[in-house]
Amino acid sequence: MTQVNRLPHGGRVDSSKPLRFVFDGRPYEGYQGDTLASALLANGVVLVGRSFKYHRPRGILSAGAEEPNALIQLGQGNRSEPNLRATQIELYEGLVAESQNRWPSLTTDVGAVNSLFHRIFPSGFYYKTFMWPKTFWMKYEHFIRRMAGLGKCPTEPDPDRYDKLHAHADALIVGAGPAGLAAALAAGRAGARVILVDEQQEMGGSLLSDRQAVIDGVSAAQWVANALAELRAMPEVTLLPRTVAFGYYDHNLVSLMERVTDHLPPTSPEALNQPRQRLWRVRAKDVILATGAIERPMVYIDNDRPGCMLASAAQTYVNRYGAAPGKRAVIMTNNDTAYQVALDLVDAGVSVAAIVDARENAEGELVATARARGIEVLGNHAITRVGGKLAVREVEVRRLTGDGKSVSSDGRTITCDMVLSSGGWQPTVHLFSQARGKLKWNQDILAFVPDKLLPGQNNHSVGAARGAFALTDCLVDGFAAGTAAAHAAGHTEPAGSTPVAGAEPAHSPMREMWVMPSGKPLGHDGKHFVDYQNDVTAADVALAHREGYRSVEHLKRYTTMGMATDQGKTSNINALALMADLRGVAIPEVGTTTFRPPYTPVTIGAFAGIDKGDFLDPIRKTPLHSWHEQHGAPFETVGQWHRAWYYPKPGETMHDAVNREVKAVRTSVGIVDASTLGKIDIQGPDAAWFLNMVYTNAWSKLEPGRCRYGLMLGEDGMVMDDGVTSRIAENHFHMTTTTGGAARVMAWLEDWLQCEWTDKKVYLTSVTEQWAVIGISGPMSRKLLSEVAPDLPLDDQSFPHLSFRDGVVAGVKCRIFRITFTGEATYELNMAPSYAMHVWRALMQAGEKYGITPYGTEAMHVLRAEKGFIIVGQETDGTTTPQDLGMDWIVSKQKPDFLGKRSLQRSDTKRPDRKHLIGLLTEDPNEVLPEGAQIVAELKDKPPMEMIGHVTSSYYSPNCGRSIAMALVKNGRNRMGETLYMPYDGKVVKAKVTEPKFYDPEGARING
Amino acid sequence: MVETYQRRSALAHLGLVARAASSSTAGAGVIMSEVPHRTIVNVRGTASDVAFSSAVQTATGLALPSAANTVSNGGVWQIVWLGPNEWWITGPDGEAESLIEALRANFAGQHAIACDVSESRAIIALKGAKARDVLMRGVSLDLHPRAFRVGQCAQTGLSRANVLLHLVDDTPTFEIYVLKSFSDYLWQWLEKVAADFNLAVEA
Repeated sequence: MTQVNRLPHGGRVDSSKPLRFVFDGRPYEGYQGDTLASALLANGVVLVGRSFKYHRPRGILSAGAEEPNALIQLGQGNRSEPNLRATQIELYEGLVAESQNRWPSLTTDVGAVNSLFHRIFPSGFYYKTFMWPKTFWMKYEHFIRRMAGLGKCPTEPDPDRYDKLHAHADALIVGAGPAGLAAALAAGRAGARVILVDEQQEMGGSLLSDRQAVIDGVSAAQWVANALAELRAMPEVTLLPRTVAFGYYDHNLVSLMERVTDHLPPTSPEALNQPRQRLWRVRAKDVILATGAIERPMVYIDNDRPGCMLASAAQTYVNRYGAAPGKRAVIMTNNDTAYQVALDLVDAGVSVAAIVDARENAEGELVATARARGIEVLGNHAITRVGGKLAVREVEVRRLTGDGKSVSSDGRTITCDMVLSSGGWQPTVHLFSQARGKLKWNQDILAFVPDKLLPGQNNHSVGAARGAFALTDCLVDGFAAGTAAAHAAGHTEPAGSTPVAGAEPAHSPMREMWVMPSGKPLGHDGKHFVDYQNDVTAADVALAHREGYRSVEHLKRYTTMGMATDQGKTSNINALALMADLRGVAIPEVGTTTFRPPYTPVTIGAFAGIDKGDFLDPIRKTPLHSWHEQHGAPFETVGQWHRAWYYPKPGETMHDAVNREVKAVRTSVGIVDASTLGKIDIQGPDAAWFLNMVYTNAWSKLEPGRCRYGLMLGEDGMVMDDGVTSRIAENHFHMTTTTGGAARVMAWLEDWLQCEWTDKKVYLTSVTEQWAVIGISGPMSRKLLSEVAPDLPLDDQSFPHLSFRDGVVAGVKCRIFRITFTGEATYELNMAPSYAMHVWRALMQAGEKYGITPYGTEAMHVLRAEKGFIIVGQETDGTTTPQDLGMDWIVSKQKPDFLGKRSLQRSDTKRPDRKHLIGLLTEDPNEVLPEGAQIVAELKDKPPMEMIGHVTSSYYSPNCGRSIAMALVKNGRNRMGETLYMPYDGKVVKAKVTEPKFYDPEGARING
Repeated sequence: MVETYQRRSALAHLGLVARAASSSTAGAGVIMSEVPHRTIVNVRGTASDVAFSSAVQTATGLALPSAANTVSNGGVWQIVWLGPNEWWITGPDGEAESLIEALRANFAGQHAIACDVSESRAIIALKGAKARDVLMRGVSLDLHPRAFRVGQCAQTGLSRANVLLHLVDDTPTFEIYVLKSFSDYLWQWLEKVAADFNLAVEA
């Protein structure tokens, strides 16, 4: 239980608040302020995972988001989450974590045999090994899934809730290190709206790990505290710690992911009372990228043994967390920054056995200081062996020879339990690159830095994020950028002066050294890992090169380098530098792979927020919805609408209910909620001209008070919508559309008016929801209406079919259309939705003596199919002309033009043997064909057979006493009387081709 | 005519009046209510045509708002800017017919129209110190008091519904106009979000 590697003093953790946690079933203790990684290190735990492909034992490499190794399964049950980075998990009381990719345990892992067979798991092994025989793929896949998986996905729904919101800022500042804080102070003091985000629990960035820095005469830690206190007091400044800016999109839209309660015990009241995570979408006038830099590990042999770590990470663990990653370090470097790490370690009482410096002449201020402190510096040396398997035990070092590609034959062994390496620093350019900014190579720091912005994006990389690593540069950059952003947004209050950094040691030049020779060919007696997470070695990069995968994008896909949760944050530059070397070209010529969101993985739940279940998509309800609900109607989804489908009485099946409803309309009266019909108010002197253009038939002579059915075509001549349009006055029409087509038709008509027919005087207004619509249909409909609308003359003379009248129904002003979709005498009552329930109830009451029957969409479909009325989208599929439907009668031959007319003259649309709409009567009258059934004329024993069409609508018709169907069939109208075949479900159904009219073909019933 | 008690507002089925009676607005971060009925007349015409603008002014006593996304307020009538040639005139319940009649008379000889859309929209009022916190969860516009001021309006998306948003006063009170068919969805959605901000319902 003792924290064996916890330092006696130092660090920002709170030793007065011990926290208990469990890792791989064993209890440990850490402190408030620890990450899981720092707590494990404090407890002397260095082995934390097994690698993806070879199951190599792995330890903690980094102290941040770039961690490739320490992937953790966190939490239990349905809150369990895989592949989290131990370096980013904040410790809380009762935390339970497990290592991944090992069985049965971390120390004895069966999968590690993969390592012995590494010759059969080279790069591209998926492609090579599992390609043959083809039929074995299913077996291989099973094997691959088991071997390649990292964490486990929970099987139950996520119990947590998530929040998402939109925000705006004059300046969004990403990263709260010295540059970001300076920027926030400058912008905030000037009066700008600022959002400052930092992925860590504590703001301060590198300053939290820095024991030397002085700013404005106080320690870095004090300066951070002062700055944060000042920023917190500014009402227009929002501080978001624990928040990752993970995506940068067009026009300065940046997505943030805030971990609201991840640092709390998941079932504590404080956690349960808040959303777990919050997704921010920030539109910022300026984005200040103060994202810092990520250290690169050096590529030496067996550089993945637990205890191998980034030099800066060790510094962070010691300085910030008071946790030593080991007792005795060897440091491998090609630059000066690792020297400060060595000094800090020695200051904290951790011994540094040697600094192995690849530079031929390691000199300079920091080198001299290290030597003066008694640290052995081995210039022009490399690590050529790492001893120890589950933990580093020792290293062998040799002198580099010649151009640094080989080593001397004699080596020296140094005992140590950690190897800290620094191969230089790569600015964190991820967001800049996601914003499609261009990078350029900086040979001095051996790194890509931001170059040109994409027009339309406005951001500024400051400090280490642009390759300016000195503290003073960070402060100057940040303060200037913050000031500029505030000024650009019109905020000019005085912001004080730029924070001033104390003296910093000068840095000597780096040595370009992408792989450390071991004295043996790459891949022999050890592995030089480039990408830890995907087990890609320097030898794999060489293999990819030999096999022709030389483009950086090919390299990535062939080796899987740079993929998965860390996205190659520590590996990409090393890999492409190796490839450049192999190709003999400069690094910028190889280029980088594309940086894509997210920067770190984001929980899918955060994207959904509360928009799941009933909020996934709005449910549109009619004013009568609650009545349908109370009367047990299931709903059919039409677009976003929910329409009453049928109204089952107790004990009725759907079939029973629909048959009863359909019968009632033919024998007495039915009532239907048709409020969802699209309705468009059309006004203006060119309204009739407009209708002549958008419909196939003629509208000029329609008299006010009369209605007409119209068919609308696309420019391709194909049916796109239909409906009844009525003339209210000379220059005023009321158009109806299909329920599902309403929005599309409105947009289509506006498009023509606004873009093509700009000289025409027509205004459109959507009135779909201004009118509720109740249809009453059946032989008793007129009688019923006369009782509730006593003042309205209803005889065929005064109120003929295809006309409308305004009148008062049950005390409510209505516009009543006499039109029919059932073939029966029908009145469609339009009224204000606020009175619809009253009118519906009045009709139900008055109609009781006639057995008035509410009917749903299913009965409506059967009724119209009995009459052979089409439904656009069911009988049509975007390739159907009016002629195909047998509706040539509605296509004007006289009109000079209408939309789609020209396309109807194409040879293909005029073909006499296109698919035509026909009726089908099955041989067995009780057999109801499935809609979509394929139709053949020449039946064969088994497929393939020529399919000549499909069933579009099919129902049992109680009024015909048999099944009825409509179908689109090649040359269908010329097949009347023929027998066609529908093979399905292991049987063949025979049906006879008829006219698509099954009931009252003469239309005698429309007058009741 | 039918008794007005037979009339149902879009959200009548939610029993908001009863809920309001049993909930206190004291200390609420957000207060939600339904504005049950209001006259809304859609007007189209040419803004630059003096005959048109004075026709509207004669009928309402109000000038067309000159700036995009603003509302001119005249006590009885309000005119809401929707587009370069489209406005809503809003006012007390039951006045649509007479207003349209007056407008049509004034529009004689012009290409300008008026169309009643009063019954197509539900109106949800959302007010309180945390009203912006609720709205920013569904609206991508900048609702900062300096960016979206009293008297401004915007047609925008609120979660997955299209709405007209109007900032009525600096309480702040927002009026949200939404197609009636979406009103149940939108109310439930707002209520779910507002639950984190101490919600009260008002009649």
